This record gives sequence, structure tokens and C-alpha cells, in this order.
Amino acid sequence: MQLKGKKVIIIGERDGVQGPAIEACVRSAGAEPVLVQTQCFV
Amino acid sequence: MVDYSSNQNAKPVVKGVSYFLAHVPSMVRHGSKPSREIGKDPSLLPPLLSHLETFDQAVAYPPNQVFIGNLDPDDLLHNIPRPWYQNPIPNSSRWGPFGEIMPEEEFYGMMKICDEFQILPMEEGFLKEIALKLKEHPLFTTEDLQKLDKGIPLEQIEKQLGEEETVPIYVRGDRLVGCLHRASGGGAEEDTNLVPGILLENLATRASGVLALRHLIAKTGGAQDIDYLLGCGEEAVGDRYNRGGGNMAKAIGELCGCGRATGSDVKAFCCAPVHAIVIAAGLVASNIFNNVVVVAGGSFAKLGMKFQGHLRHDMPILEDVLAGIAIWVTRDDGKSPVIRLDSIGKHEISSGSAQQAIIEKLVVQPLDRLGLKLTQIDKYATELHNPEVTEPQGSGNVPRTNYRTIGSFAVLRNEIQREELDHFVEVHGMPGFSPTQGHIASAVPYLGHSVRKMIAGEMKNAMFLAKGSLFLGRVTQLSDGISFILERNEGDK
Repeated sequence: MQLKGKKVIIIGERDGVQGPAIEACVRSAGAEPVLVQTQCFV
Repeated sequence: MVDYSSNQNAKPVVKGVSYFLAHVPSMVRHGSKPSREIGKDPSLLPPLLSHLETFDQAVAYPPNQVFIGNLDPDDLLHNIPRPWYQNPIPNSSRWGPFGEIMPEEEFYGMMKICDEFQILPMEEGFLKEIALKLKEHPLFTTEDLQKLDKGIPLEQIEKQLGEEETVPIYVRGDRLVGCLHRASGGGAEEDTNLVPGILLENLATRASGVLALRHLIAKTGGAQDIDYLLGCGEEAVGDRYNRGGGNMAKAIGELCGCGRATGSDVKAFCCAPVHAIVIAAGLVASNIFNNVVVVAGGSFAKLGMKFQGHLRHDMPILEDVLAGIAIWVTRDDGKSPVIRLDSIGKHEISSGSAQQAIIEKLVVQPLDRLGLKLTQIDKYATELHNPEVTEPQGSGNVPRTNYRTIGSFAVLRNEIQREELDHFVEVHGMPGFSPTQGHIASAVPYLGHSVRKMIAGEMKNAMFLAKGSLFLGRVTQLSDGISFILERNEGDK
């Protein structure tokens, strides 16, 4: 999947991969995060 | 006489730990998720009520027996198959070395005792019933029982339910026994931070904290010896001008005979108990206080949080307990396990939110500082949420995820091979057993077990690491975390 130029919604998980960490990866791939959240299910 | 003689580098130790569970199935409907969903779809209430556990079922539930110390966490791994709710422990007791599991009727008695503003009227016949039961309870006093003789007729309670926002109180699912209404006077009638739902939460938190602290005092030391109380629960006590004013700690201590203590609350989401233990250790080590107790009541809002997953799988609704904890930190007594002050790990503001960064700060850096390998910690206590609660709703096995992350660092550092990761998790981790009560589940449920094992000479050390989800408050995107190592006391060596 090519992320470059795409808009991305990011939902991370506290005990998994958190939103800001995914955001860093997504930005480095050239995509634009439009929503970044981290969920905590506990 | 209190001994304040100087001891320049006082070593802080954990002298006692207690855990309390109130089994409150009839309160599940008032948890945050159930109350919102039932409000949208009232047809959810009958199946919720039909999937509530009895008190005997809650007592026999293996993770609850681990929580109060009648079983070891590793018993859940080696001796008791899943699903645990289908493998109850025969002849199980509500009493354990760390505390007790209390039925909701008796817990409502403590809530009534905590009710200093007459916001919790209860039916007169019901109060008489529970007063008789609590007369036999070792931790209730004559003064307590005197507060239970002011019941009112059921008709008056039913009439008060007609008032806006009044919360009905039930036992056995749907037997009405009381209600919680607005406080009056001083503008309370208009205060959005003093609505009945918030007052109910705070009352339940105080009651569960009181019972945890009474258990701790009964087996650890005198109430009058306690200098300072550190609250670490999830409630927010306050009014319209000071929403989170706090000091639930002092309110709890008041009903436990802690006449010499003052206190304050540590607010750090789920990380608060471990933060509070570190602060308590610092207060003792610096000779400010001799005896500091960390205390918290339960998380009322989290009752029934994952009830939909449990109903989908036709399981009992397992989030039916309010938990309380109390931890006594004092100066070295030559016997109690030591909090290593040089082992504190902290997730810093600049650390970033990746799991790698969090574990680096909480686990790896403290161990490097002490010259230890990851494999040299006997047990890690991390997020200990019961997977039987979380998996049906799709939230996975949180302890296992955390232990595999820690173990992965051991692989990265060549301490173990990749194929040994499962074995690392088995030896240095444990199955989750804690109720999903937020702050309660973050590392501290293992503290009582580790203290017991270290005093018995069965364990050398344990690392406690907790995380907090600060981003949930919509103020910052930051996470949080803090850790410490507990070590067997070697006496004068």
C-alpha cells in the first residue's frame, strides 16, 4: 500500500502501538494524519 | 511515643498490603457504560440483570481468590483451566490473608456509615437486616452500627425517586432499598459537580477505601501510628468552584481512627498508585514521616464496562466488584521488603509514546543503573487486568501483551533467544487476575504476594511498573509511567 499523498485516520492502543507512534511512521511515509487518537481499553 | 530519631538514609519498606473487594452486582447498571447504553436502549436491562453473579459465585471465582491472597497468580497458569468462571474454587472463603470479598448488602452498610450529608436514605427494614450482619463483622464498631438506625419507609424512598437525577439503590438485582439524591444547602442543589451520580461514586470510593484501610490496620499496625495518607484513586471530589479538590485520603482516614494523620491525593490516571508508593518511599526515606499509607477505593465508573462482550458470549458480567487497596510504607524494620530508591524508572515528558520508549525508561534504564539483566528480576508486575474480562469485548490479553514487550527487550539485548520468549513470560510474568478497576490493576495487585514471598525467603526481587493514559483527559497526548524494584530485606547484611 502506498501511503504517500493519502489522508490517514490513526487509532492506536495504549498497550499496543500508541497513536503518536503510528503518526510518526505515517508522516515518514508521506501521508497526512487527519485524526490521531489512542484508545485505552482498560 | 513516636520515634523521630535521626536516621540519615532511612530505607523505606513495605510493611503491609491489603486488598478489598465489594461484590456489588446490583450497582453494575450504574457503571458508566451500562448506564449510558441502558439509557439509549432499556431492553438491555433484563439480560444484564439475568447475567449477574451471586455472591457465592464471586467468592469462588479464581481470580478474586488470587486478589485476596488465597491463591497465587501462577495457580491460574498451572492449576486452574480456563474459563475460570466455569471452574470455581470449592469451599472458598470470603476472607483471605490480604483482605476480604464483601457482599453488597454489607457494603451498602459502610456506604451509609460514610454518608455524612444524609444523601443516601435507606429502607428501615433493610438497615436493620444489615446492622445484624455487620455486628458480626470484626471491622465494624459500635459507633458504626449506631449510624445504621436511621432508616425510612420504602414509600418515602419511592417518592424521592421521582426527583430529578436521584439514583435508585438495589440489592439482588432489582429489590429497591434506597436512593441517592442531591445534597442540599450552600448551592448544592444547582452544582453540576454535586449531582447524585458523582456523589454516589465518591461515597462508594470512600467506603471501599475505608474497608481496605481497616483491613490493613487490623494486621499491620496502629491507626494512630500513621502520619500521612496518600490517596491514589480515580474519583474527583469537589464542587463547582473546585472540581477536583480531592483529599479522599483524609476522608478515608477519618473513619479508620487515623487521628494523627493528614493526607493528600495523587492524581495520575492508572499510574497513581505506583506514583504514590514512590512518593511515600521518599517521605519515609527523608525522615519527614515514619509511617505513610497509600490508599484507594474502587473505580465506580468501570463497573460493567465490558458488559456487552460478556452478554454476547453468554457469560456472567464479571465487572461486578469495587476494589480497594492500602499499602503501608515505613522505615526499615529488618524484615519487610525494601523499596529500592535507586531503582525508580520514570517515563519522561520527552520520552515519546512508543512502547519501546516506555519500556526503555521503566525497565531497561533502571536495570542498567543497577547492573542487572532483565532475567535477574524474579517477577515483573505490570498491567494485571483479568483477560477473561477483557477478551470477550475484543480488548485482548493486556498482561500478556506487556510481558511479551518486556521479554522482547531481553531478546534484543541477547539475554534470551527469540524461542525462549514464551518461557520468559511464564517465569517472569503471570496471568492477569485483577478486576478491571483502572488504577487498581496497574502493578499493585502483586505487591501483597511479593511481600509474602520475600518474607518467606521464596523471592529475591520484583519490579512494579505502571502506565497511565493521560490522553484520555483530552488535555495532553502524553502517556505516563513509573516503576520501582522491591527487594527482599537482607537484615543487617
